[in-house]
Amino acid sequence: MANDVKPRVKVPKSAAAGEVVTLKTLISHPMESGQRKNADGTLIPRSIINRFTCDFNGVNVIDIAIDPAVSTNPYFEFDAKVDAAGEFKFTWYDDDGSVYEDVKPIEIA
Amino acid sequence: MRLPYRSKLAAASVLAVLAAGAAFADPVPDAELVVNEEIELVTRVAPGPAVADVLTEVYSGWLYRESETRAMQMDDFDNPAMVFVDQGLDMWDTVDGTEGKSCASCHEGIESMKGVRTSMPKMNGAATDLWSLENFVNDCRTERMGAEAWKWNSNDMKNMTSAISLQSRGEPMKVSVEGAAADWWERGKEIYYTRYGQLELACANCHEANAGYMIRADHLSQGQINGFPTYRLKDAGVVSIHQRFVGCVRDTRAETFAAGSEEFRALELYVASRGEGLSIEGVSVRP
Repeated sequence: MANDVKPRVKVPKSAAAGEVVTLKTLISHPMESGQRKNADGTLIPRSIINRFTCDFNGVNVIDIAIDPAVSTNPYFEFDAKVDAAGEFKFTWYDDDGSVYEDVKPIEIA
Repeated sequence: MRLPYRSKLAAASVLAVLAAGAAFADPVPDAELVVNEEIELVTRVAPGPAVADVLTEVYSGWLYRESETRAMQMDDFDNPAMVFVDQGLDMWDTVDGTEGKSCASCHEGIESMKGVRTSMPKMNGAATDLWSLENFVNDCRTERMGAEAWKWNSNDMKNMTSAISLQSRGEPMKVSVEGAAADWWERGKEIYYTRYGQLELACANCHEANAGYMIRADHLSQGQINGFPTYRLKDAGVVSIHQRFVGCVRDTRAETFAAGSEEFRALELYVASRGEGLSIEGVSVRP
């Protein structure tokens, strides 16, 4: 697992039924592209997050394939329509097989 | 009839350019810095004793930035420096050195650092030297933790100073320039008004006489340090006060003082006194 990986998510605490809310996510991750060389001239192996998904109450909201050109600490901001109270589940998939998760509840006001 | 019409048009466009230039030369007039919609920060104050005779009002650098940059600082999620603050917070609880201690072993929660940043730099315990926050951190590391000192501009150091500064966010800057610190302050003031480098520029030439104007593509601020450590979008990383000093002096095409040198600590004290009353912005965002 890459060092210092820490997911951060911002979800409004509540929303009106049917409201479209903005979700912001950021995960600290070096996103080593696999193109760079170290001081000895040997290739630094690729180590990135290659997929990010968000589900709301089990229904997929967004599913993103990430490639090596994406820079350190990838940030995604997107909208989701909230029809009922529930939970947003965010999942990041690392090249090394690690999976990082975060869950945020939202209420209907 | 053609010529007068043309000259009228030319005169009108000159006026328009002048008006736009004047509007851009000043800090934003009515912006208020409220972080997370709850923490209100002071970005304009009446000049303290150090600058009462040279400035009419003291402005935070935040007021000189574009609206997008200002907005980033108004929400901790959008503020990229918070990633580094998080790393500093983790380090606070991490045991290091031969004594088997972390910062938290003595200081407990990092909230105990509230207010510390407002009085930096200040004389050390024995009143023999002027210390910046970095010196105090390293003193703890070497004397109490038995750990290696961090380099002044290392990531570990900047993460830690960012986390400590954040605890004082919203508190007014107030450095002591009394007693032994008075000599340091005088020395800092002299550096502030001394022209350096091939371009022969003193701090005051840009940040006092021309604050608000453009220096090529950059909007000159008063050079206040209440926002440091700051996240610079240009560097995609956190920048310390002395790192910024080095950058400024280098831009005058001078051989710079080193980060952590006596000269820059003296300058830090003087510049901090110029910003008396401004809120510590903890970790700010600048272009």
